[in-house]
Amino acid sequence: MTAALEVKNLTVGFGGRPGQDPVVQDVSFEVAAGECLAIVGESGSGKSVTARSLLGLAGAHSWVQADAVSITGQSVLGLPESAWRRRRGRDVGLILQDALVSLDPLRPIGREIGDSLRLHTKLSAADRTRRVLELLDSVGLPDGASRIRQRSGQLSGGQRQRALIASAIALDPPLLIADEPTTALDVTVQAQVLELLAEIKRRGNAIVLISHDLAVVSRIADRVAVMSAGRIIETGPTAEVLQNPQHPLTRAMLAAVPVDKPRRTQLSAVPVATIAPRSTVPDGLSVDDYPVRPVVLEASELRRSFRRPDGSRLVAVDDVSFRLHRAETLGLVGESGSGKTTTARLALALETPDAGEVRIFGEPWSAVQEKARRRLRGSVGAIYQDALGSFDPRLTVGDILRHALRAPAGGTTERGGSGHLSTESSQLLDQVGLPSGVLSRRPVDLSGGQRQRVGIARALASRPRILICDEPVSALDVTVQAQVLDLLDELQQELSLSLLFISHDLGVIGHMSDRVAVMKDGRIVETGATADVFADPRHPYTQQLLEAVPRFPQRSR
Amino acid sequence: MSDIEIQAGLGRASGGQSSHPEQRPQRAAGRPGVVEIISALFGLFLVVSALVPTLLAPGDPLGIDPLAAFTPPSAGHWFGTDESGRDIYTRVVHGTGSSLVIGIVATAIGLGLGILLGTAAGMLGRVVDFTVNRFLEVLFAFPGLLLALLFILIYGPGVATATVAVGLSTAPGYARIIRGQLISVRSSSFVEAATVQGLPRWRILVRHILPNTLAPLLVLGTLGIGQAIVWASALSYLGLGAAPPAPEWGAMLSAGRTYITSAWWMSFFPGLFIVLTAVCATTIGRSIERRMRHA
Repeated sequence: MTAALEVKNLTVGFGGRPGQDPVVQDVSFEVAAGECLAIVGESGSGKSVTARSLLGLAGAHSWVQADAVSITGQSVLGLPESAWRRRRGRDVGLILQDALVSLDPLRPIGREIGDSLRLHTKLSAADRTRRVLELLDSVGLPDGASRIRQRSGQLSGGQRQRALIASAIALDPPLLIADEPTTALDVTVQAQVLELLAEIKRRGNAIVLISHDLAVVSRIADRVAVMSAGRIIETGPTAEVLQNPQHPLTRAMLAAVPVDKPRRTQLSAVPVATIAPRSTVPDGLSVDDYPVRPVVLEASELRRSFRRPDGSRLVAVDDVSFRLHRAETLGLVGESGSGKTTTARLALALETPDAGEVRIFGEPWSAVQEKARRRLRGSVGAIYQDALGSFDPRLTVGDILRHALRAPAGGTTERGGSGHLSTESSQLLDQVGLPSGVLSRRPVDLSGGQRQRVGIARALASRPRILICDEPVSALDVTVQAQVLDLLDELQQELSLSLLFISHDLGVIGHMSDRVAVMKDGRIVETGATADVFADPRHPYTQQLLEAVPRFPQRSR
Repeated sequence: MSDIEIQAGLGRASGGQSSHPEQRPQRAAGRPGVVEIISALFGLFLVVSALVPTLLAPGDPLGIDPLAAFTPPSAGHWFGTDESGRDIYTRVVHGTGSSLVIGIVATAIGLGLGILLGTAAGMLGRVVDFTVNRFLEVLFAFPGLLLALLFILIYGPGVATATVAVGLSTAPGYARIIRGQLISVRSSSFVEAATVQGLPRWRILVRHILPNTLAPLLVLGTLGIGQAIVWASALSYLGLGAAPPAPEWGAMLSAGRTYITSAWWMSFFPGLFIVLTAVCATTIGRSIERRMRHA
């Protein structure tokens, strides 16, 4: 039987002469019908370019060379654009990451899904509608008759992704390419979409799954190909690669995944900075120790609502109370829209609560004027998800740190000259493991991990005692994420920082937090010591969340 | 027409700071293109004409020579002569000064007023914002040129009034853009980060908000100069700006209108200079904009 997809020595590059500076080099693999091959790798490893080349969509100024690329036995190498157009959708379907931008917001999803039927088949309009309804039903979007008139904006993230999958499988192409199909989704929705893909696989379609998330891959892929710097560095059956990785880079990627790694386990392979050795630090304190630690931040019965465009009120945060103790990490976990970020903004006093109060160090915080807060601003630092957006685009790293040091709440005690400020800036960079050479560069020119380090350095400038971290690692690759998490961990121990750590990622939360609070629809539904909550979740929602976390197959099998 | 162009110009200028710059196609920012070099040379020509017109055209722009009336372009008279035998080239060169001054001053008035209104609307709370916005909407209801005509109707024709009129009628567009830019910068994450650092409001305004709002406007201003020159010429053409014998491009264009079938050069060359100046200012503006984005 011919393989659904066969790729031999695929090499792709952009600009220049063909053969020069390839971004994908000598990539070979095969996928059989009913099989799922996952291509994993970090951003920039060439996995998306590989996937797009299989659709003839490598992009402008690109060149593609290969010994063979064939879909269901037919060579597609060097096909002209018109021939590709006939094949796309019919022989090979594409599922993209962000259904919100992949679906035309102005067209009803029924028409979007029906498009490929209209282009590739001779079905009548009525037959097309019938087929669209069948498709919607098969991807788990019931009540199709009303759905087909809806536009992408009226659907939730999971529903949009389902609609997108429906349009990709409309002509039942033997090969499906899914480029990060679940990356933008909440964990429970992600689990449902993965189940749907597994179902499609069982029907006999071949799937090439592109993902940076090894745990997602372990759920549905039969085989894994790990890419790095444009090459496949390791390939094999999923269980084998994940449990017994051969290549050091694969091993580093696996070690960096925080899921089920106990608190204070180092994730990154290389030490981030040379601070006190880890072994001397006692393990996470048990819950009983908390009463003796002073409370640094206390939120009581917070409530905050916003007005929707239609005039109704959305209660973003409802009756939220928590305490943050000295040198502990409180993890706040929940899906998008659960009120995590509003809670962070309330804790930072960027938002005023409708009811309830935030106090820091026992002093009023949310209930006073900004002017009165300014004295204490320096003791509360913030780290953002989008580090780049949190920097003034005109400033260099040096400017950013100098401004932070000179701010009223800044850390400079003596009013030294500019030389003194640059010494302190360099020290801050040293603390977050960056060379002082980046001082003269702009954040735009730094990598994601470096940017987040600069963000942490800025937060440290005022010598804070509390850090509010809102999804600090969500935008980062897993190995970079591991380094940043390790850095935060070390800084916490060194400086006795209290962290309010917000994330949608249960793996990260489980690894980082001493205690955890689970948010849903603006309320904290469960709270307790992390180990207890993860081992014995009481609230049904927490149970559901934990079940949905993609895990590696257990080694003891 | 020009409002749309300005909006598009700013859209790109401000997009430079919000979108991810590394995804932009890397165009050589340092090396100027052919069009940019030509624009720069023409710009230099204009500046010299404005400052020392006699250097480029030693003749008298008002000196008549009835015997040489209606001479077509020749070696003696590069751009030909008009109905009184005045040399068109000399007049065009000598008219550069007033045209440029009108363009620059009018743009300055428009931008200045726009910054004032836009900043007030963007920073001083909801009541001011509402009031300013309604006021701007009323102004928007009139076509820009009509607004200028209205102003001239009240204060009488002349170069000064035409300049002020053009400035006034461009102000609402600038104000609207500045307000939008201000609001987007004000709610951006780095302004919030400055609040978290404990910076007082006014220092955030001076250090972060204003520079990020106004930097793209410098480019917009360059684009606006070309537009203002066209408008001022239009007013002169209608006889509401510079008076006929004065060497002003719009007025010359208007004077040539009567003889357009027999002496095309009388309107062609002033018109050409209006167009080229506008194109030149726009090109230079765009190239500054691109350079700033890459910086």
